[in-house]
Amino acid sequence: MSSDALRCEEVIEHLFEYLDRELEHVKSTEIERHLEHCRECFSRAEFEKRLRERVRATGEAVAPPRLRQRVQRLIARF
Amino acid sequence: MPHPGADKSKSLGRRERRELFERTVDRLMDRLYGAALRLAGDPDDAEDIVAEAVAKAWDGFGDLRDPGSLEGWLFRILNNTFISACRRRRTRAQVEQHTDPEIDDPSVIADFSLFEKLHQPFLLWWGTPEERFLNDLLREDLQRALNALPDAFRVVVILVEVQGHTYEEVADLLEIPIGTVRSRLSRGRSLLQRHLWDLAREEGMVPDTPGPTDSGSQP
Repeated sequence: MSSDALRCEEVIEHLFEYLDRELEHVKSTEIERHLEHCRECFSRAEFEKRLRERVRATGEAVAPPRLRQRVQRLIARF
Repeated sequence: MPHPGADKSKSLGRRERRELFERTVDRLMDRLYGAALRLAGDPDDAEDIVAEAVAKAWDGFGDLRDPGSLEGWLFRILNNTFISACRRRRTRAQVEQHTDPEIDDPSVIADFSLFEKLHQPFLLWWGTPEERFLNDLLREDLQRALNALPDAFRVVVILVEVQGHTYEEVADLLEIPIGTVRSRLSRGRSLLQRHLWDLAREEGMVPDTPGPTDSGSQP
Protein backbone atom coordinates (compact mmCIF):
# COMPACT_ATOMS: atom_id res chain seq x y z
CA MET A 1 0.00 0.00 0.00
CA SER A 2 1.21 3.49 -0.74
CA SER A 3 1.50 6.34 1.69
CA ASP A 4 -1.06 8.61 0.04
CA ALA A 5 -4.49 9.39 1.44
CA LEU A 6 -6.49 6.55 -0.06
CA ARG A 7 -6.27 3.02 1.25
CA CYS A 8 -6.18 0.09 -1.17
CA GLU A 9 -9.64 -1.01 0.01
CA GLU A 10 -11.11 2.35 -0.99
CA VAL A 11 -9.44 2.21 -4.39
CA ILE A 12 -10.76 -1.30 -5.04
CA GLU A 13 -14.22 -0.25 -3.88
CA HIS A 14 -14.33 2.58 -6.42
CA LEU A 15 -12.19 1.02 -9.16
CA PHE A 16 -15.01 0.25 -11.60
CA GLU A 17 -16.58 3.67 -11.15
CA TYR A 18 -13.14 5.13 -11.84
CA LEU A 19 -12.77 3.04 -15.00
CA ASP A 20 -16.32 3.99 -16.03
CA ARG A 21 -15.41 7.69 -15.55
CA GLU A 22 -18.27 8.05 -13.10
CA LEU A 23 -16.28 9.57 -10.24
CA GLU A 24 -15.91 13.21 -9.36
CA HIS A 25 -12.67 14.78 -10.52
CA VAL A 26 -11.12 14.94 -7.03
CA LYS A 27 -11.77 11.29 -6.25
CA SER A 28 -10.61 10.23 -9.67
CA THR A 29 -7.35 12.14 -9.24
CA GLU A 30 -6.80 10.54 -5.82
CA ILE A 31 -7.18 7.11 -7.36
CA GLU A 32 -4.80 7.98 -10.19
CA ARG A 33 -2.19 9.07 -7.65
CA HIS A 34 -2.65 5.87 -5.67
CA LEU A 35 -2.24 3.76 -8.82
CA GLU A 36 1.03 5.52 -9.57
CA HIS A 37 2.47 4.26 -6.29
CA CYS A 38 0.73 1.00 -5.48
CA ARG A 39 1.81 -1.97 -7.57
CA GLU A 40 -0.97 -4.27 -6.37
CA CYS A 41 -3.77 -1.84 -7.19
CA PHE A 42 -2.09 -0.88 -10.47
CA SER A 43 -1.96 -4.56 -11.51
CA ARG A 44 -5.61 -4.97 -10.59
CA ALA A 45 -6.64 -1.85 -12.53
CA GLU A 46 -4.67 -3.01 -15.59
CA PHE A 47 -6.34 -6.43 -15.43
CA GLU A 48 -9.83 -4.95 -15.19
CA LYS A 49 -9.08 -2.49 -18.02
CA ARG A 50 -7.91 -5.25 -20.33
CA LEU A 51 -10.85 -7.48 -19.45
CA ARG A 52 -13.22 -4.56 -20.21
CA GLU A 53 -11.53 -4.08 -23.58
CA ARG A 54 -12.19 -7.74 -24.35
CA VAL A 55 -15.83 -7.41 -23.28
CA ARG A 56 -16.21 -4.27 -25.41
CA ALA A 57 -14.80 -6.12 -28.41
CA THR A 58 -17.60 -8.71 -28.21
CA GLY A 59 -19.89 -5.98 -29.57
CA GLU A 60 -17.99 -6.07 -32.85
CA ALA A 61 -19.80 -8.25 -35.36
CA VAL A 62 -20.44 -8.55 -39.06
CA ALA A 63 -24.08 -8.27 -40.02
CA PRO A 64 -25.24 -11.30 -42.01
CA PRO A 65 -25.94 -10.58 -45.72
CA ARG A 66 -29.55 -11.67 -45.26
CA LEU A 67 -30.05 -8.92 -42.65
CA ARG A 68 -28.59 -6.32 -45.00
CA GLN A 69 -30.93 -7.52 -47.75
CA ARG A 70 -33.89 -7.51 -45.37
CA VAL A 71 -33.18 -3.92 -44.31
CA GLN A 72 -32.61 -2.80 -47.91
CA ARG A 73 -36.00 -4.25 -48.87
CA LEU A 74 -37.54 -2.50 -45.89
CA ILE A 75 -36.05 0.88 -46.78
CA ALA A 76 -37.07 0.49 -50.43
CA ARG A 77 -40.68 0.49 -49.23
CA PHE A 78 -40.27 3.77 -47.32
CA MET B 1 -32.91 30.16 -30.39
CA PRO B 2 -33.44 27.04 -32.50
CA HIS B 3 -30.84 24.30 -32.69
CA PRO B 4 -28.40 24.92 -35.60
CA GLY B 5 -29.62 21.79 -37.32
CA ALA B 6 -33.24 22.34 -36.40
CA ASP B 7 -35.71 21.02 -38.94
CA LYS B 8 -32.91 20.33 -41.38
CA SER B 9 -34.15 16.83 -42.07
CA LYS B 10 -37.59 18.24 -42.78
CA SER B 11 -36.07 20.60 -45.31
CA LEU B 12 -34.68 17.66 -47.29
CA GLY B 13 -36.82 16.12 -49.99
CA ARG B 14 -38.24 12.66 -49.42
CA ARG B 15 -35.74 11.03 -51.76
CA GLU B 16 -32.78 12.88 -50.18
CA ARG B 17 -34.00 11.94 -46.72
CA ARG B 18 -34.32 8.32 -47.70
CA GLU B 19 -30.84 8.29 -49.25
CA LEU B 20 -29.30 9.88 -46.15
CA PHE B 21 -31.14 7.41 -43.96
CA GLU B 22 -30.12 4.42 -46.10
CA ARG B 23 -26.47 5.48 -46.23
CA THR B 24 -26.33 5.92 -42.47
CA VAL B 25 -28.05 2.63 -41.73
CA ASP B 26 -25.79 0.82 -44.18
CA ARG B 27 -22.66 2.34 -42.61
CA LEU B 28 -23.79 1.42 -39.10
CA MET B 29 -25.23 -2.00 -39.91
CA ASP B 30 -22.37 -4.05 -38.42
CA ARG B 31 -22.39 -2.01 -35.22
CA LEU B 32 -26.17 -2.10 -34.92
CA TYR B 33 -26.16 -5.85 -35.39
CA GLY B 34 -23.27 -6.29 -32.93
CA ALA B 35 -25.08 -4.25 -30.28
CA ALA B 36 -28.33 -6.15 -30.83
CA LEU B 37 -26.54 -9.50 -30.77
CA ARG B 38 -24.91 -8.80 -27.44
CA LEU B 39 -28.16 -7.51 -25.96
CA ALA B 40 -30.34 -10.34 -27.23
CA GLY B 41 -27.73 -13.09 -27.12
CA ASP B 42 -29.35 -14.75 -30.14
CA PRO B 43 -28.61 -14.06 -33.85
CA ASP B 44 -32.23 -14.40 -35.05
CA ASP B 45 -33.56 -12.14 -32.30
CA ALA B 46 -30.77 -9.66 -33.06
CA GLU B 47 -31.81 -9.47 -36.73
CA ASP B 48 -35.44 -8.88 -35.76
CA ILE B 49 -34.43 -6.11 -33.35
CA VAL B 50 -32.33 -4.34 -35.99
CA ALA B 51 -35.11 -4.54 -38.60
CA GLU B 52 -37.74 -3.30 -36.15
CA ALA B 53 -35.46 -0.48 -34.99
CA VAL B 54 -34.80 0.64 -38.58
CA ALA B 55 -38.53 0.76 -39.30
CA LYS B 56 -39.19 2.77 -36.11
CA ALA B 57 -36.30 5.10 -36.89
CA TRP B 58 -37.65 5.86 -40.35
CA ASP B 59 -41.09 6.61 -38.88
CA GLY B 60 -39.56 9.27 -36.64
CA PHE B 61 -36.82 10.48 -38.97
CA GLY B 62 -38.89 13.32 -40.39
CA ASP B 63 -39.21 14.78 -36.89
CA LEU B 64 -35.52 14.47 -36.04
CA ARG B 65 -34.31 18.00 -35.52
CA ASP B 66 -30.68 17.36 -36.39
CA PRO B 67 -29.87 14.72 -39.03
CA GLY B 68 -26.30 14.80 -37.69
CA SER B 69 -27.56 13.11 -34.55
CA LEU B 70 -29.00 10.20 -36.54
CA GLU B 71 -26.29 7.78 -35.42
CA GLY B 72 -26.81 8.17 -31.66
CA TRP B 73 -30.54 8.29 -32.20
CA LEU B 74 -30.50 4.98 -34.09
CA PHE B 75 -28.69 3.25 -31.23
CA ARG B 76 -31.13 4.70 -28.74
CA ILE B 77 -34.03 3.34 -30.78
CA LEU B 78 -32.28 -0.02 -31.05
CA ASN B 79 -31.86 -0.23 -27.28
CA ASN B 80 -35.46 0.84 -26.70
CA THR B 81 -36.66 -1.72 -29.23
CA PHE B 82 -34.88 -4.49 -27.34
CA ILE B 83 -36.17 -3.28 -23.98
CA SER B 84 -39.73 -2.98 -25.32
CA ALA B 85 -39.51 -6.47 -26.82
CA CYS B 86 -38.45 -7.85 -23.43
CA ARG B 87 -41.35 -6.16 -21.70
CA ARG B 88 -43.86 -7.09 -24.38
CA ARG B 89 -42.96 -10.73 -24.53
CA ARG B 90 -42.34 -11.04 -20.80
CA THR B 91 -39.19 -12.94 -21.58
CA ARG B 92 -36.58 -14.11 -19.15
CA ALA B 93 -35.57 -10.53 -18.51
CA GLN B 94 -38.71 -9.82 -16.52
CA VAL B 95 -39.24 -13.23 -15.07
CA GLU B 96 -35.71 -13.43 -13.77
CA GLN B 97 -35.86 -9.99 -12.25
CA HIS B 98 -38.26 -11.44 -9.73
CA THR B 99 -37.44 -15.11 -9.51
CA ASP B 100 -33.79 -15.70 -10.20
CA PRO B 101 -32.11 -16.50 -6.89
CA GLU B 102 -28.85 -15.03 -8.15
CA ILE B 103 -30.55 -11.66 -8.52
CA ASP B 104 -32.52 -11.81 -5.31
CA ASP B 105 -29.65 -13.09 -3.20
CA PRO B 106 -26.66 -10.75 -3.54
CA SER B 107 -24.51 -13.00 -1.37
CA VAL B 108 -24.52 -15.62 -4.15
CA ILE B 109 -22.41 -13.43 -6.39
CA ALA B 110 -21.12 -10.71 -4.11
CA ASP B 111 -17.63 -9.45 -4.78
CA PHE B 112 -16.31 -12.27 -6.91
CA SER B 113 -13.02 -11.11 -8.39
CA LEU B 114 -11.11 -12.95 -11.09
CA PHE B 115 -8.05 -10.89 -10.25
CA GLU B 116 -8.09 -12.11 -6.66
CA LYS B 117 -8.44 -15.68 -7.91
CA LEU B 118 -5.57 -15.40 -10.36
CA HIS B 119 -3.14 -12.93 -8.90
CA GLN B 120 0.08 -14.00 -7.28
CA PRO B 121 2.04 -11.14 -5.72
CA PHE B 122 5.68 -10.54 -6.62
CA LEU B 123 5.40 -11.85 -10.18
CA LEU B 124 6.09 -9.43 -13.02
CA TRP B 125 3.02 -8.52 -15.08
CA TRP B 126 4.02 -10.25 -18.32
CA GLY B 127 4.56 -13.56 -16.57
CA THR B 128 1.57 -13.48 -14.28
CA PRO B 129 -1.38 -15.88 -14.23
CA GLU B 130 -3.78 -13.00 -14.97
CA GLU B 131 -1.79 -12.06 -18.07
CA ARG B 132 -1.84 -15.68 -19.26
CA PHE B 133 -5.56 -15.88 -18.51
CA LEU B 134 -6.31 -12.81 -20.67
CA ASN B 135 -4.14 -14.14 -23.48
CA ASP B 136 -5.89 -17.52 -23.45
CA LEU B 137 -9.38 -16.09 -23.14
CA LEU B 138 -11.34 -16.59 -26.35
CA ARG B 139 -13.97 -14.25 -27.68
CA GLU B 140 -16.28 -17.26 -27.61
CA ASP B 141 -15.66 -17.68 -23.86
CA LEU B 142 -16.68 -14.09 -23.25
CA GLN B 143 -19.78 -14.42 -25.41
CA ARG B 144 -20.82 -17.56 -23.54
CA ALA B 145 -20.25 -15.90 -20.19
CA LEU B 146 -22.18 -12.78 -21.23
CA ASN B 147 -25.05 -14.81 -22.63
CA ALA B 148 -25.23 -16.79 -19.40
CA LEU B 149 -25.97 -13.63 -17.39
CA PRO B 150 -29.57 -13.00 -16.36
CA ASP B 151 -31.00 -10.47 -18.83
CA ALA B 152 -31.46 -7.77 -16.20
CA PHE B 153 -27.73 -7.86 -15.48
CA ARG B 154 -26.52 -8.45 -19.04
CA VAL B 155 -28.38 -5.45 -20.43
CA VAL B 156 -26.74 -3.08 -17.95
CA VAL B 157 -23.27 -4.58 -18.46
CA ILE B 158 -23.65 -4.33 -22.26
CA LEU B 159 -24.96 -0.77 -22.18
CA VAL B 160 -22.05 0.39 -20.02
CA GLU B 161 -19.13 -1.79 -21.11
CA VAL B 162 -19.90 -2.43 -24.79
CA GLN B 163 -21.85 0.68 -25.76
CA GLY B 164 -20.13 3.09 -23.36
CA HIS B 165 -23.22 4.68 -21.83
CA THR B 166 -23.05 6.57 -18.54
CA TYR B 167 -24.95 5.23 -15.52
CA GLU B 168 -27.41 8.11 -15.87
CA GLU B 169 -28.07 7.29 -19.53
CA VAL B 170 -28.70 3.65 -18.64
CA ALA B 171 -31.07 4.65 -15.85
CA ASP B 172 -32.92 6.84 -18.33
CA LEU B 173 -33.08 4.14 -21.00
CA LEU B 174 -34.27 1.40 -18.66
CA GLU B 175 -36.42 3.72 -16.54
CA ILE B 176 -34.87 2.50 -13.32
CA PRO B 177 -33.14 4.41 -10.48
CA ILE B 178 -29.44 5.04 -10.89
CA GLY B 179 -28.82 3.06 -7.69
CA THR B 180 -30.37 0.02 -9.37
CA VAL B 181 -28.05 0.53 -12.34
CA ARG B 182 -25.04 0.53 -10.01
CA SER B 183 -26.26 -2.54 -8.17
CA ARG B 184 -27.03 -4.55 -11.31
CA LEU B 185 -23.77 -3.50 -12.93
CA SER B 186 -21.75 -4.51 -9.89
CA ARG B 187 -23.47 -7.87 -9.54
CA GLY B 188 -23.47 -8.42 -13.31
CA ARG B 189 -19.72 -7.88 -13.48
CA SER B 190 -19.16 -10.10 -10.49
CA LEU B 191 -21.27 -12.89 -11.99
CA LEU B 192 -19.58 -12.46 -15.38
CA GLN B 193 -16.20 -12.95 -13.73
CA ARG B 194 -17.44 -16.02 -11.89
CA HIS B 195 -18.72 -17.50 -15.16
CA LEU B 196 -15.34 -16.80 -16.77
CA TRP B 197 -13.57 -18.46 -13.84
CA ASP B 198 -15.81 -21.53 -14.15
CA LEU B 199 -15.19 -21.66 -17.91
CA ALA B 200 -11.46 -21.27 -17.41
CA ARG B 201 -11.43 -24.19 -15.00
CA GLU B 202 -13.50 -26.31 -17.39
CA GLU B 203 -11.05 -25.52 -20.18
CA GLY B 204 -8.02 -26.18 -17.98
CA MET B 205 -6.79 -22.59 -18.32
CA VAL B 206 -6.31 -22.36 -14.55
CA PRO B 207 -5.55 -25.01 -11.94
CA ASP B 208 -8.68 -26.94 -11.03
CA THR B 209 -8.71 -25.82 -7.45
CA PRO B 210 -11.96 -25.33 -5.54
CA GLY B 211 -13.52 -21.99 -6.46
CA PRO B 212 -16.16 -19.98 -4.67
CA THR B 213 -18.84 -21.97 -6.45
CA ASP B 214 -17.64 -25.01 -4.57
CA SER B 215 -16.46 -23.60 -1.30
CA GLY B 216 -18.08 -20.16 -1.06
CA SER B 217 -14.80 -18.71 0.14
CA GLN B 218 -12.17 -16.45 -1.33
CA PRO B 219 -8.55 -17.65 -1.54
